[in-house]
Amino acid sequence: MSATIKWFWFASPQTFLPLAGTIARWCAAGAALLAAAGLYIGFFVAPTDAQQGEAYRIIFIHVPAAWMSMFLYVVMAFWAAIGLAFNTRLSGMMASALAPTGALFTFIALWTGALWGRPTWGAYWVWDARLTSELILLFLYLGFMALQAAIDDARRADRAGALLAIVGVVNVPIIYYSVQWWNTLHQGASVSLTRAPSMASTMLAGMVLMALAFWLYGIAAALARVRCIILERE
Amino acid sequence: MIAAARCIVARDLLLALRRRSDVATALLFFVIVASLFPLGVGAEPNLLRAIAPGVIWVAALLSSMLSLGRLFAADHADGTLEQMLLGAAPVGIVAAAKVLAHWLVSGLPLVAIAPLIALQYDLPAPLYGTLVLSLLLGTPVLSLIGAVGAALTLGLRGGGVLLSLLVLPLYVPVLIIGAGSVDMAAAGLAPAGQLQLLAAMLVVAAAFAPWAIAAALRISTE
Repeated sequence: MSATIKWFWFASPQTFLPLAGTIARWCAAGAALLAAAGLYIGFFVAPTDAQQGEAYRIIFIHVPAAWMSMFLYVVMAFWAAIGLAFNTRLSGMMASALAPTGALFTFIALWTGALWGRPTWGAYWVWDARLTSELILLFLYLGFMALQAAIDDARRADRAGALLAIVGVVNVPIIYYSVQWWNTLHQGASVSLTRAPSMASTMLAGMVLMALAFWLYGIAAALARVRCIILERE
Repeated sequence: MIAAARCIVARDLLLALRRRSDVATALLFFVIVASLFPLGVGAEPNLLRAIAPGVIWVAALLSSMLSLGRLFAADHADGTLEQMLLGAAPVGIVAAAKVLAHWLVSGLPLVAIAPLIALQYDLPAPLYGTLVLSLLLGTPVLSLIGAVGAALTLGLRGGGVLLSLLVLPLYVPVLIIGAGSVDMAAAGLAPAGQLQLLAAMLVVAAAFAPWAIAAALRISTE
């Protein structure tokens, strides 16, 4: 029983506010450090790619951003589902705080992908499966944000957004596989858990550092935003 | 339960029958959008034949989205919807019945008129069957997914534009598989796989969408 009480202690926006501030500060500092290290490795230590030359170096931004864009949508849907199931105020706030960060990462992934595509494929945009599903993911994020912005009552906005996020997360795999079936040009996944990485270990290290930096940035940005939402609403 | 569903379907069909112009407008929109493409891209027969499945499917998508706004709006405005939610019949059944009626009024005529558009685009005659079948399986999915968006945007300002932003990304798989099945048939391959995928989508959507619609209606009317 006591464990349950502790578990829900921070579910109250009032108690969560100071904690969020502390975590956000630490995560922001960690993100800055890791990004500096990751960028240093990425730009100065990692070797030049045999096929793509220096242009590949955008991978250190592109791939972590693409990972985060997809991951954050799932996290958002998770908080949305928790909010609907337990009717907690904070969960809905977390979902709406995560959406702009997720949309930002999606946009960065698309933008850097366009810059990467130009030297390697000779075009800023191709209708490739991954690009297209990333674009649709951006639309899903924007739809979520637009729906919440259109509803004045905060609680209704949370619940409506939550339902949309859950419907979206069910659809994301369907969209992904249908688009993949439709057209594929993109190079295969760069990193896989089941086989040896197809890249130099320094490249992998740079990418992992950048991915961690993006994680921490995502946490920091979302918590900072959720603090604003708490202050605004409560 | 079945009686309630039948009652709602009959009522919505009767209402649609009394306001025939609403039904005709969405259908006319479908025809006009499809007719605009040759004016835009040129009347080269080979090109038109190649883009026909995609154009017809996109036009069907837009037309089905356009009529979604009316799905719950009138009932919401005069309070009928709240009575339905308060009533003894499960809200999921009510939602499913309303979507079925909506599809019978907006989706089915569109399927029926699609061969006419295909004729304009000089689509080879053997493909008509696949086109009609794919639309027959796909348009109910569009109605089911769209109804979730319609229920969520009920009574919001800028509802129509917002609805398109919410619903169109979710329509993508149906569009890809639906238009893909006709393309497949045009390439001389058997479209059965795509049609089965569409049927699978219909089954899944029919099973889960009514729940989501019911939840969305509860959120929007509370």
